[in-house]
Amino acid sequence: MPRLVSHPDEVKIVSRRFGQGAAKIEKYIELGGYEAAKKCLAQGSDWIIDEMKTSGLRGRGGAGFPTGMKWSFVPKQSAKPKYILVNGDESEPGTCKDHLIFLHDPHAVIEGTIIAGLAVGAKMGFIYLRGEYRYLLEIMEKAVADAYAKGFLGKKIFGSDTEFEIITQTGAGAYEVGEESALMESLEGKRGVPRIKPPFPAVVGLYGGPTVINNAETIATVPHVIAMGGAAFAAVGTPRNGGTRLFGISGHVERPGVYELPMGYNLKRMIYEVAGGVKGGRGLKAVVPGGSSTPVLLPDEIDIGMDFDQVGKAGSMLGSAGVVVIDDQTCIVEFALRTISFYQHESCGWCIPCREGTDWLKKSMTRLHAGFGEYKDIDNIQYLAENMLGRTFCPLGDAAAMPMLGFVKKFRKEFEEHLGGKACPFAKHVDLAVV
Amino acid sequence: MSNETMSLFSPKLAARLDVLAAKYPVKRSALVPMLLYAQDEVGYLSDAVISEVAERIGITELDVRNVATYYSMLRFKPAGKFNVQVCTNISCMLRGGYEIYERFQQELGVGHKGVTADGVFSLEEVECIGACSWAPAIQVNYEFHDELTPEQVPGILAGYRGKAGVSSDGSSSQGWKETNHA
Repeated sequence: MPRLVSHPDEVKIVSRRFGQGAAKIEKYIELGGYEAAKKCLAQGSDWIIDEMKTSGLRGRGGAGFPTGMKWSFVPKQSAKPKYILVNGDESEPGTCKDHLIFLHDPHAVIEGTIIAGLAVGAKMGFIYLRGEYRYLLEIMEKAVADAYAKGFLGKKIFGSDTEFEIITQTGAGAYEVGEESALMESLEGKRGVPRIKPPFPAVVGLYGGPTVINNAETIATVPHVIAMGGAAFAAVGTPRNGGTRLFGISGHVERPGVYELPMGYNLKRMIYEVAGGVKGGRGLKAVVPGGSSTPVLLPDEIDIGMDFDQVGKAGSMLGSAGVVVIDDQTCIVEFALRTISFYQHESCGWCIPCREGTDWLKKSMTRLHAGFGEYKDIDNIQYLAENMLGRTFCPLGDAAAMPMLGFVKKFRKEFEEHLGGKACPFAKHVDLAVV
Repeated sequence: MSNETMSLFSPKLAARLDVLAAKYPVKRSALVPMLLYAQDEVGYLSDAVISEVAERIGITELDVRNVATYYSMLRFKPAGKFNVQVCTNISCMLRGGYEIYERFQQELGVGHKGVTADGVFSLEEVECIGACSWAPAIQVNYEFHDELTPEQVPGILAGYRGKAGVSSDGSSSQGWKETNHA
């Protein structure tokens, strides 16, 4: 069972039911659950979307797109059925927040899905979990069955004339399926390769119908936005960055864990106060602020607020809010190699710049780390990565290229120290296995 | 599909797949879950499994293979009864994921995707399994083990050996059915 953590600076909104047995529907109701859905049923679509826009809630999957605006793009009238698709294919290295949501608060996901359905006029929602999360899928399936039994899902939800169905789905191992168009392909029983955009999913999505795709944390946040009001939610965060986030802190810290902190919380304080500082009192070398695809920050770059805009201004991204802390005993070339090995393994091969780019980047990094690199390899990594940016259907190509650019630009000296047949000064796993 | 009597799956799984086939607006959406649940029971996607799933969905075997080869959890040859999946991605690596992986290699005497001679265990180095803040982490079939040290490895293996009902010579005739939902 994943360990829950706590810190006085936390503002528990999304995580407030964690550890309280709210996976049981009676407990969830006792803690105020499903009241937001009932309120939305009474208030109607326009009111819901206005509240969401007011809240400043932005997509928790990584792109940070405003949720209310995303919902407003769905056409009111549609010949084909509309769908809600909840993305629980949590696979970005450094990210484990949805794991806790499914475990501790599955009904928040259901309630958020119902509200999204009411907002856009969809009668069906899908909750897709990565295949590795089987025990969490079973918790979700139980919760869905309980919600049906209570009449919260089905032909007449909460005794109204409104219909809403939820179908759960399992993946079977694929990072790429976390990308929204690949997710739809996978749910349609196909290989998870991305679709070209436009058309965007809000117009042509799942089974050709208008589809809203939201991250599981985004959806689990929705009932809280409704319960506390969009304005109150917005007030917790920073301008255009409403509410809190579940920051998953991992790597070399004393107290790793998933902490819920207001948007805009200072990264330095997050590492040194909330997570207890660098493990063993060692020095800080670097921080990956928002999952493995976000460019690395140096110790003198972490005195920033963790919201989409401030991290963007610092040259990186808030992404999935998975904060990976790296101490000064770590070889950054090895870390870069492990990162690109992941993207090379997960590239679906659909777009050539990504398929070939990740492969060549991995080859170059492997050679460099083994001490057989040449000076021009370092420039070549930068050249390869720059030429992948923006040239693929989906963001996986960017996700692989951006961190490589960060490592090479910010740690060039360390790459150079690996040249000329020199052994890696830090190496423990020089024969880094290939997944 | 109504030919349950002809199915190579257990009646329970066959019934489950019947439910899946009717669950979605479009039948083909059941393909990936069907393959995964069939694999849980049979151990891998044999030609016979692929053939029956193709028939249940109403697509060609080639179509099924085309999809199945995409997903990393789906496999085409048997794994051990307990498939040990060790994450070595960044968050786990920083907290000793490779040391955990090396210890499993030593204890089991097999490498990546290897199966022990008695068929009880297989080993895999895997990508991020979503347990980063509780690293280093592994999964044995679908069960997570968090915050591990190499010293815990023999005990974890002993626990699963006990579940498998394996005698000291490693013989075991049980299939996947009894334990795959650990």
